[in-house]
Amino acid sequence: MTADKPIHYTTASHRCLRALSTLVFFVLAACGEPPWNNPNPPAQDDKVTYQSMMSPAPPKHLDPALSYATDESLFIMQIYEPPMAYHYLKRPYELIPGALRAMPQVTYLNAEGQPVAEDDDAVAYTRYTLQLRDDLRYQPHPAFALNAQGEPLYLFESAAEGAGFKQIPDFPVTGDRPVTADDYAYAIKRLADPLNASPMLGFMSQYIVGMKEFSEQLADLPRDEWLNLDTYAMQGLEVVDDRTLTITIKGRYPQFVYWLAMPFFSPVAMEVDRFYHNPGFADRNLTLDWWPVGSGPFMMVKNDPNSEIVLERNPNYHDDFFPTEGAPGDLEAGNLDDAGKPIPFIDRAVFRLEKSGLSLWTKFMQGYYDRSGEVHSNTTGVFDQAFVVRPDGVEMSPELADHNITMSPDVKPGLYYYGFNMRDPVVGGYTEEKRKLRQALQIAFLTEEYLNVFYKGNGIAAQTLIPPGIPGHLEGEAGINPYVYDWVDGEPRRKSIEYARQLLAEAGYPNGRDARTGEPLKIFIDVQSQAISNTSMNWIDRVFSDIGVQVEFRPADFNRTREKLLTGNTQIYSHGWLADYPDPENFLFLLHGPESPLECACDGANNSNYASEEYDELFRKMRVLPAGPERDALVARMVELYRRDAVWLYAFFPKEIYLNNSWVHNNKRHGISKATLKYTRVDEEERARMQSLWNQPVTWPLYAAVLLLASLLLPGIVAYRRRQNATARHTREH
Amino acid sequence: MLAYIIRRLFYAIPILIGVNLLTFMLFFVVNSPDDMAVSQLGQKYVTPEAVQAWKRKNGYDLPLFYNAQEPGAAALTDTIFFTKSLKLFAFDFGRSESGRDITTDVSTRMWPSLAVALPTFVVGIWVNICVALMVVMFHATRLDRWAVFVFVGLMSISYLFYIIGGQYLVAKTWKLVPISGFNGEIQPWKFLLLPVLVGVIAGIGAGARWYRTLFLEESSQDYVRTARAKGASEIRILFRHILPNALIPILTGVVVVIPTLFMGGLLIESFFGIPGLGSYMLDAINAQDFAIVRAMVFIGSILYIVGLILTDISYTWADPRLRLD
Repeated sequence: MTADKPIHYTTASHRCLRALSTLVFFVLAACGEPPWNNPNPPAQDDKVTYQSMMSPAPPKHLDPALSYATDESLFIMQIYEPPMAYHYLKRPYELIPGALRAMPQVTYLNAEGQPVAEDDDAVAYTRYTLQLRDDLRYQPHPAFALNAQGEPLYLFESAAEGAGFKQIPDFPVTGDRPVTADDYAYAIKRLADPLNASPMLGFMSQYIVGMKEFSEQLADLPRDEWLNLDTYAMQGLEVVDDRTLTITIKGRYPQFVYWLAMPFFSPVAMEVDRFYHNPGFADRNLTLDWWPVGSGPFMMVKNDPNSEIVLERNPNYHDDFFPTEGAPGDLEAGNLDDAGKPIPFIDRAVFRLEKSGLSLWTKFMQGYYDRSGEVHSNTTGVFDQAFVVRPDGVEMSPELADHNITMSPDVKPGLYYYGFNMRDPVVGGYTEEKRKLRQALQIAFLTEEYLNVFYKGNGIAAQTLIPPGIPGHLEGEAGINPYVYDWVDGEPRRKSIEYARQLLAEAGYPNGRDARTGEPLKIFIDVQSQAISNTSMNWIDRVFSDIGVQVEFRPADFNRTREKLLTGNTQIYSHGWLADYPDPENFLFLLHGPESPLECACDGANNSNYASEEYDELFRKMRVLPAGPERDALVARMVELYRRDAVWLYAFFPKEIYLNNSWVHNNKRHGISKATLKYTRVDEEERARMQSLWNQPVTWPLYAAVLLLASLLLPGIVAYRRRQNATARHTREH
Repeated sequence: MLAYIIRRLFYAIPILIGVNLLTFMLFFVVNSPDDMAVSQLGQKYVTPEAVQAWKRKNGYDLPLFYNAQEPGAAALTDTIFFTKSLKLFAFDFGRSESGRDITTDVSTRMWPSLAVALPTFVVGIWVNICVALMVVMFHATRLDRWAVFVFVGLMSISYLFYIIGGQYLVAKTWKLVPISGFNGEIQPWKFLLLPVLVGVIAGIGAGARWYRTLFLEESSQDYVRTARAKGASEIRILFRHILPNALIPILTGVVVVIPTLFMGGLLIESFFGIPGLGSYMLDAINAQDFAIVRAMVFIGSILYIVGLILTDISYTWADPRLRLD
């Protein structure tokens, strides 16, 4: 008879459960008061903070001479004040003085530098006179700090001297000073400095008098140390006094005034440039590219592109007020509720790096981000669950409606398109047959369906190459492309597939086969691999099969696709364009003959290699004309040529939908300017209340996990004890 | 042992040159300096002058391997390969294509990587060993068979599933921790709990199954039978006899990883928003930033070589019979 020792199941299970319960208790205690999932640190002060994200990557450049991306504009346009700006609410987009007292004064000059009339054929130069505001003042910054002798405090002889300073906030003393016309001139000289490799150097050298020569002069200088650009003159720049600057450009280029609203023309103080050239500073990323210095409504107080960028209100920002006028409908939409109030409304803006769509969306829904996006709405990604596509457009899901989330649609001043190479022997050319072939393909490509399927309806099928909000874009019947659409029952209706087949037959391809050889018509589309999915390709294949045309895709990476465009080795290509400024010229130039890469042997924008003498002549005239009926007529004729010649297979204007939590106000999107943070208003109390309401933790899984662990461990412990206490007779040998 | 280590370090030089050469060639096969310039300049209004200026500023205006215009040794040294890749041997990582100092970035970003990778590694090994030993204890029972089944199941699931599933359940549905982010100053553990948990659970399948195999081999040895005959408890047998004797293969797989913990994890850092070196590398690849890619590959190679040397040294600690000559 064997008698096993009694096994203390109760003791073992109690001990195990006690240990696990203690663990849960300590975990819960350490968490503190809910919500536990708040990724934002608790507020350290009473400053009104806007919580946002940078997604999916941090900015690469914040130097106004280098930055040329919307992700970067999100920051530098809050910090710098270029001479010009855009009205926040008015549409079409309206240019207004930014750092200037009034619009620039324009003077036309002949070759001898004498003033002439605007329409004089002798115009050789245009001079822009900029009058700065009196109250512009730089943010507090160590570059302006002075010692008792009035000399710069932070100028070091060696890297070791300044080694203790890792970031700008490490400098205990700061200073400031008014912004002067010299600073704007200095910034333009920085554009010309070959050492900066500004993306504007090549382009602006074509216009600003003396910029090319200035650049060449600097290129020949030894550059071991910081060079004060103020000691070198640029012919086209003249600082008349502290508040007045003139810029002289070659010929007429009315669009130049738009460039003055871009960050490239933001002021840079000589002291700042000198400060950042201190020995060893660049090794610690203490550069103008990472620590911008401006006079705008905000200043950068933290720049950790790996994690977060923090802007705070610039105490030296001049008086500024919310606009009192807007576009039709703004009053009703509440966009003028804050009219006339001083801005900015917020004290701080935190932009956290967010790479994953799921995280971004979850934090937004939990109330930890105020808006769903800044420069990318992420509409087509994880936001699938946020929208329901209905016949009359996109609507919010019930979950979003419960959160009182508002939508801000944003039609970008840009377009995406598939263009024909007009030099291609099959689809290119200007004969009637070739036009009909391209028109047949245009009709067969069901753009509206494509946008609904692949873009959730977030796009507008383009009838023209000028997007909404830009002068020259016409709505309604007057705005349709009559070669592809009919105006039926008050809306554009795409012509029928039968009509497309008829056009195809007239073009020499009855039923999609070459009438001469009997071979099926096969078209080739070059696309960037990352920009198209298999389902998109299948869809395109299907729509063209309706008219008997076969399609072959030639996917390649960006560089290879670009090479094909540069050499004209493509039949149909995909491309996109986002405007720099809201002028039809910035779109119509996409078909300007000399812009063809094959003509200019450069990275030209006319990738279709479209060549029309009439179009080019109209473009040259339109380009220098001021806004008015005469210019509108030229634009309309150019659009007609674009439609008649069927230069692009299809095009659409991208539309994005941004979501705003209920506590964020003044959410109207501006398609061109990113200098809109100063208009944003946040109700922090409402935010805190909703965050608490939405984020009560669900704790039962913790207890369930304890029980699960216990149920896994206990049988093991019991079995082990039983085995340890078993007699030899009961022990199994393995 | 010192002579052995020095010899191994010398062996590392040709390996590192080879790795550098390979990285350099692979990168420039698909990406010319002109492509890099266009990509960095923003793709609009990119004039040949701007491309040239960018290349000159960033040192890409030289020939790749051989500069026929320079006399003597300068023909080899005034090249992109020498100035960009071979300078790494002096630990001069230079600047990224966007102008940031790579050494500063690496030294800043290695700590968040370590904050995630180290606890995941330590807890993971401990859990895997304990689970494997427990399963070995019940070898050839139903529990053992089920455990193997579960291990294979866990191994078969994509790592992405663990990440997204963990985020969805723990952070989104249950709201117990932040779904992503990192704050090294305020409650960092709050951000680390989920990635560490995901990392540990995702590793249990493969780790525990591998250790089970090792321990099973040892558990049939005579010394185990002897220990058992002498009345040693199972726990003692497992931890004092089997574990030390199974250490050599464990160390082979584990020690080599230790130095590379600084490098972080590509997926986990990207999904959890950890500003570490893993996401640094991923961003650099996406941005075609060759300077960062080559520096990270170089650092990774060095750490791997260090890991291999440490592995060899650890053998002598685990098995006193071994000597490194």
